Amino acid sequence: MSFFARFAQNRGALVGLVILLLMIAMAVLAPVLFPESPWRMVQRPFLPPFSQEGFLLGTDTMGRNVAAGLMHGAWVSLLIGLVSTCVALLIGVPLGAIAGYYGGLVDDALMRFTEFFQTIPNFALAIVLVAIMQPSVTSIVLAIAIVSWPPVARLVRAEFMSLRNREYVEAARLVGQSNSTIILRQILPNTLSPIIVLASLMVATAILLESALSFLGLGDPNVMSWGYMIGAARTVIRQAWWLSFFPGLAILLTVLALNLVGEGLDDALNPKLSRER
Amino acid sequence: MVYARLVLMRLFKAVIVLFLIVIFNFLLIQMAPGDPAAILAGEAGAADQEFLDQLRERFGLDQPMYVQLWRYVSGIAMLDFGYSYRLGVPVFDLIMDRLPATLLLTGTAFVLSLVLGIVAGSMAAARVKKPSGSLIMALALVFYATPLFWVALMSVVVFSVYLGWLPAYGLYTVGAGHTGFALVLDVAKHLVLPATTLALFFMAIYTRMTRTSMLDAAQQDYVKTARAKGLKPGTIQRRHVLRNALLPIITLAGLQAGQMVGGAILTETVFAWPGIGRLMFEALQQRDYNLLLGIFFFSAALVIVFNIITDVVYRLADPRIKGAS
Amino acid sequence: MTDVTTETVLSIRELSIALPKGADRALAVEGVSYEVMRGEIMCVVGESGSGKSMAANAIMGLLPKGVNATQGEVLFEGQDLLALSEKQHRTLRGLKIGMIFQEPMTALNPLMRVGAQIAEVFEAHDQLTPKERQARALELLIEVGIPQPEKAIRAYPFELSGGQRQRVMIAMALALEPTLLIADEPTTALDVTTQAQILALIRDLQQRRGMAVMFITHDFGVVAEIASRVCVMRHGKIVELGDARSVLKNPQDAYTQALIAAIPSNAVPPHRDIGQVAPLLEIKRLQKVFRSRGGWFKPAREVHALNDVSLTLARGETVGIVGESGSGKSTLGRCVVRLEHPDSGELLLDGVNLSQLKGDALRRERHRVQMIFQDPYASLNPRTKVGMAIAQGPIANGTPKAAALKRAGELLDMVGLGASAVERYPHEFSGGQRQRIGIARALALDPELIVADEAVSALDVSIQAQVLELLEELKQRLSLSLLFITHDLRVAAQLCDRIVVMQHGRIIEQGSAEQIFLAPREAYTQDLLDAIPGREAPVAATA
Repeated sequence: MSFFARFAQNRGALVGLVILLLMIAMAVLAPVLFPESPWRMVQRPFLPPFSQEGFLLGTDTMGRNVAAGLMHGAWVSLLIGLVSTCVALLIGVPLGAIAGYYGGLVDDALMRFTEFFQTIPNFALAIVLVAIMQPSVTSIVLAIAIVSWPPVARLVRAEFMSLRNREYVEAARLVGQSNSTIILRQILPNTLSPIIVLASLMVATAILLESALSFLGLGDPNVMSWGYMIGAARTVIRQAWWLSFFPGLAILLTVLALNLVGEGLDDALNPKLSRER
Repeated sequence: MVYARLVLMRLFKAVIVLFLIVIFNFLLIQMAPGDPAAILAGEAGAADQEFLDQLRERFGLDQPMYVQLWRYVSGIAMLDFGYSYRLGVPVFDLIMDRLPATLLLTGTAFVLSLVLGIVAGSMAAARVKKPSGSLIMALALVFYATPLFWVALMSVVVFSVYLGWLPAYGLYTVGAGHTGFALVLDVAKHLVLPATTLALFFMAIYTRMTRTSMLDAAQQDYVKTARAKGLKPGTIQRRHVLRNALLPIITLAGLQAGQMVGGAILTETVFAWPGIGRLMFEALQQRDYNLLLGIFFFSAALVIVFNIITDVVYRLADPRIKGAS
Repeated sequence: MTDVTTETVLSIRELSIALPKGADRALAVEGVSYEVMRGEIMCVVGESGSGKSMAANAIMGLLPKGVNATQGEVLFEGQDLLALSEKQHRTLRGLKIGMIFQEPMTALNPLMRVGAQIAEVFEAHDQLTPKERQARALELLIEVGIPQPEKAIRAYPFELSGGQRQRVMIAMALALEPTLLIADEPTTALDVTTQAQILALIRDLQQRRGMAVMFITHDFGVVAEIASRVCVMRHGKIVELGDARSVLKNPQDAYTQALIAAIPSNAVPPHRDIGQVAPLLEIKRLQKVFRSRGGWFKPAREVHALNDVSLTLARGETVGIVGESGSGKSTLGRCVVRLEHPDSGELLLDGVNLSQLKGDALRRERHRVQMIFQDPYASLNPRTKVGMAIAQGPIANGTPKAAALKRAGELLDMVGLGASAVERYPHEFSGGQRQRIGIARALALDPELIVADEAVSALDVSIQAQVLELLEELKQRLSLSLLFITHDLRVAAQLCDRIVVMQHGRIIEQGSAEQIFLAPREAYTQDLLDAIPGREAPVAATA
């Protein structure tokens, strides 16, 4: 069975993929449909949703178009989720690979380092980092990457530890392949599927983290994001619930979609393991 | 004996980790843009020069770096976290004042999420490939994917604003003057929404983990042995499957402690719950960095204590570890 | 050897068991009929995939999900077990029918004390008071011969050895004195001397209690040891059924004949004199200690895997290293190929000391010694094509890729797979075929010495015989020097010129295969020989 056929067997994964594509379309089409800045005040404040043409989801406390904010926010969420995950992989994969392959003192040192980062409450660390570095897309990406690489390192290390004594790896050592060739050609390709699955879930977590940071007022002040929209409407929740409702729904759907896709990838990449479930 | 040694060892490790966090905090202060004195003052350069000079001298910021580091570290060792300049109160006192509320909230949420998660996960494991099992897992996935602060806000809209069943803000009704049992009841009422919303996310995690872990355990040879003995399915599930499935959940619970702190920051912010999470939000809004870093240090210490507890529990649950050491 | 009465305990009639859709065949078991009598041991023999365990699972009501009996009946004490509800079936399990499994390491709950797990059997059938249950558990542990039973009853499974755990399993299965005991490969995971003890125990208990035993195995040696009657299965069907002695002596079916012929015989090939040649490999006083890494408060533990090991291997000679698990035989092999770093001692290959080489210097010498691995499924990278897997070695040592791949094709041809295998992936091959690929890979670098670590022990007997034949042929053709590591003395005797017996990291005895087999000097060697199941007096083969 082909990869996609196995993926498509999981209904939820297909639904997730469709939602995810919709979100990507929103992000891409935002500048086309709403060329103006989403920060611009365009109508009277507190316009309820579905009440006026052109303002499908109403306006916020400052008279800004909620629909425009939502679409521009999609771009920021997806971008930060993806980039911070890539950065986390760039930190976690090499560290985990080296620790798992070489073992011994190298492993000890790297794992103590990883444990240290795992012990620190990660959201609190992200808050402190962004607050000190000053909120910006870069600082948010860095903070999220710094708090989310340890699971990657642990996963990759565990995979490497179980594979490094596999007989085919020992055979490669015996024929004289160098350590770097063994790591890159023999072991890494066989760890890719769990890494891909983890990465898809990490994008989801990163989006949640970004929204929580923005909610607390630690978003980049120059870009509109879903978390910011909810945070800004927090104090007027009694008067205008919809200001928080729609961006929250957008986050929920995106994160849900990514998780569903992750499960589908897991089914498709590890067919033997998931068949039992 | 074994446990005493274990706890001792873990405490030793904890001290090292905390020491590193202190250094990390110190570096963060140095790294922050602008004048460290201004950061300590909580002002982005707005304070007058005289005040800053005074601060510099007081904190020894005119001293070489290593002296500053020494002062900072030894201060924290004596539980001196410095002052919150916004509130003019020692950071330590502020945190101690707010700590009970946070412990109440996170403790309740932890127990709630663990119990409900294990129950839901066991039910889902027993109903693999049945609609009811799938429904539990679908709900768990939705809770897992929902931003915590958003659930919090929506629950305020529904249960407090619209239905008017539960209070939305604070730890107790201010000015009602409740005492004794009435106070307990009042606090409990205030606790329902924050604890439930905080628990939902973790419940989702435990549900998923319990199900996976139980399905794994059910595949093991010893379960077949148990069936060959003629044991009833319920006994097998409880005594053989669940007990073994709980081990990875204990590990997970330890790892989730840090997440719980993060969740508490968001929940307390929404519900104006007077704990250290809310305090962190306030510090953040006022750029009160010294307070912020103090809370950060403290939350890490809490997580470490919790990790030591889970370690001991794990060893109680798994005889193999005791024998191996 | 046992007093077989005519009372039928279990009667299987025309049983068929269907596999779920998508399996490699529709029926796991097809129209199978046999009976088990009171007081006899009925052996069901077959290779992996023969369906030999399926009927047992059906009897117990423990068939995996999706696998169902579709036809026939299983009569036990007058009732058809297949027609029972799960609840009715449950009341029989443990009470009337006991079962023991292959893997003693995983068959016991790791979190429960041994005594509690035995007591559970009584609890499951509402018998005795909790106190009496513990007392009975102790009696049972004494009966199955566990050392220090008062201590063992309070022990957790991880504190017991594999053989002891299997005794606990037997105690559990026999707790309620069942009429029928089903033993599913109960000795396969055990060392040969432990296997002999467990077989003796089962035979002894069976005779004392007059039970019916259904014994599932892949090993005709075990059959010869304990069976009253035999049922040989292949592809879900019975190919031969009859009295054990007559089936073993005079098999009628071609497959049975092949299986029995495939058993490494007791006949020792005559001693082949290599003459006086300079040794290719000289191992001098090799030491290797494994230290479990202690924590800050935990003392490190030491295991002497190799203790002052010295031996030589002449060019063109095959030396067998024989021992049970923990004897250090594998460590020795891994030190020779330098997957392990010996603590001290010398490994002279053609006069060059390999034992202390490191890094690039070691990598440059690696092509001289190659290895054939045990597990045909783990020894090939699932994502690397077979040709590339073989060519990797020459490429890493400087051969151009095209030439290396061409040579890979030739090697695959030589091991009997055909050059077209180059373009295929490992998962397209069976276990035996993969082992051939592993041999081709070991040959690709034209090594001076090949180490084979349990190279045939993961294979079915018939496949094992073919691979051994290939090795023998290559040995002659390429005049290979071979260090052959195995737990099976019979296999070693077939292939090796000399045999080295190891125990606890030391060499106990070494000599020609003939001498070790016919006139062992050491008691341990004699024990090993005696433990071989189904062994009759060894004979010198008439060449």
